[in-house]
Amino acid sequence: MKYTVLIYEREADFKARTDETRKGAYWGAYRAYTLALQEAGVMIGGAGLEPPHMATTVRQQHGQRQVQDGPFAEAKEQLGGYYVIEVPDLDKALEWAARCPAASTGAVEVRPNLSM
Amino acid sequence: MDAHQAAELAARASYGRLVAYLASRWRDLARAEDALGDSLVAALETWPRTGVPGKPEAWLLTAARRHLVDGARHTKVEAAALADLRLVVDEAHEAMSAEAVFPDERLKLLFTCAHPAIDEAARTPLMLQTVLGLDAARIASAFLVAPAAMGQRLVRVKAKIRGAGIRFAIPEPPELPARLEAVLEAIYAAYGSGWEDVAGGDPRRRGLAEEAIWLGRLVVGLLPDEPEARGLLALMLHCEARRGARRSLGGAYVPLTQQDIGLWSRPMIEEAEEILADAARSGRPGRFQLEAAIQSAHAQRAVTGRTDWDAIALLYEGLLRCAPTIGARVGHAAALGELRGAEAGLAALEAIPADAVKAYQPYWALRAHLLKTLRRSEQAEQAYDRAMALSEDAAVREFLADQAAR
Repeated sequence: MKYTVLIYEREADFKARTDETRKGAYWGAYRAYTLALQEAGVMIGGAGLEPPHMATTVRQQHGQRQVQDGPFAEAKEQLGGYYVIEVPDLDKALEWAARCPAASTGAVEVRPNLSM
Repeated sequence: MDAHQAAELAARASYGRLVAYLASRWRDLARAEDALGDSLVAALETWPRTGVPGKPEAWLLTAARRHLVDGARHTKVEAAALADLRLVVDEAHEAMSAEAVFPDERLKLLFTCAHPAIDEAARTPLMLQTVLGLDAARIASAFLVAPAAMGQRLVRVKAKIRGAGIRFAIPEPPELPARLEAVLEAIYAAYGSGWEDVAGGDPRRRGLAEEAIWLGRLVVGLLPDEPEARGLLALMLHCEARRGARRSLGGAYVPLTQQDIGLWSRPMIEEAEEILADAARSGRPGRFQLEAAIQSAHAQRAVTGRTDWDAIALLYEGLLRCAPTIGARVGHAAALGELRGAEAGLAALEAIPADAVKAYQPYWALRAHLLKTLRRSEQAEQAYDRAMALSEDAAVREFLADQAAR
């Protein structure tokens, strides 16, 4: 089954990406994780996302386009990226999700992809 | 157990085995249950009259077959799913003729129901429905939920099992203890729900305690090396042994320490003791074994004529170390109250955070009793009022009112 692993990060994690003392550890962890997914042959795709202050939210209401600065919901943890993986079942997906660096600092959500 | 009950147990056992078999190969619990449709109902009607058939699973599958064909005709099941289903059903038939004993996958099913990805509130109801074939309305009333809401909850959970790809399997060793605990806790919750209905007057909860014990036996049978599974079974049997003594002939509540030991079931106590002794031999104590040991200490009154509060207080201390629940803390306070006096019991009670016991009836009943013993009448009266307000059972309310008035 295909699952999407959604990475939710805190403000501090987003800052770690560019912080001189912490960025080495931050990117190193994600590089290692991505490599592990690839080597296990389970990775299908994914992307890292710019921080929430780079987000723009659009709604089309009554034929009017409403554009808003920022992510669609204010929350302590924000979407920071995602992986799409293919594994036999939820337990395997959760196993991989638990290894994701964000699982220890923020939260990781696992959702089965719709089969189409 | 009469012939009717024996037939019902056999029907539920075979049904559970068949659902577990179909679901673990087909990964679709809702459809497996649908497929077996009315075959359990038919068995529950027929077997008490005719006796349990030689191959009960084969009987159920044959009874279900007609339902399957009807279902297909009404195109409830898509063509692809139907082909899968036929395959699984054929496999089941093969298994029935090839093997002397039909494969028992019920433990897998129980563990699947206890998966952490499943809504916690739905785990016990799901086990009762899938493994015992209890209907949603009956489960709903036992858990004091509207039947429609319970039905929806169960449908949602089964959709998640299929949609999220939850595996039908016994978890790997690192995860096994936590999942086993969830299975045991769910069974204990079902037992508790049946136990509350002490008078047996609530048809909604009728039989739930027996069914929980049955699930407990099943887990012990399937995982004989797990001492906690034995601990839970011993605990439930000890409690069940006292069912007949918990009310007077007139229906009045009788507290444990005043129960007539002649009304306790000796065979059940003996079985509980044996099971607990088996568990203890593993040298791996745990929460349920300790709780069973506490009940075993109470049962000793039938032999020695007195309650050994020293032993009970010690066992509660052990229990508090591995499972510091509110129930255990209140139980510990009660034992201290008996052992060292009401002052000590009250001090232990007051160490429990007030927020945690706002709606916990046993806390208020014990507090009232201890305050009364200490002649702090005004506070005792308030505590009695609170305990009565939190009691669901009229007999318990009357007992408390009577105590308060003394």
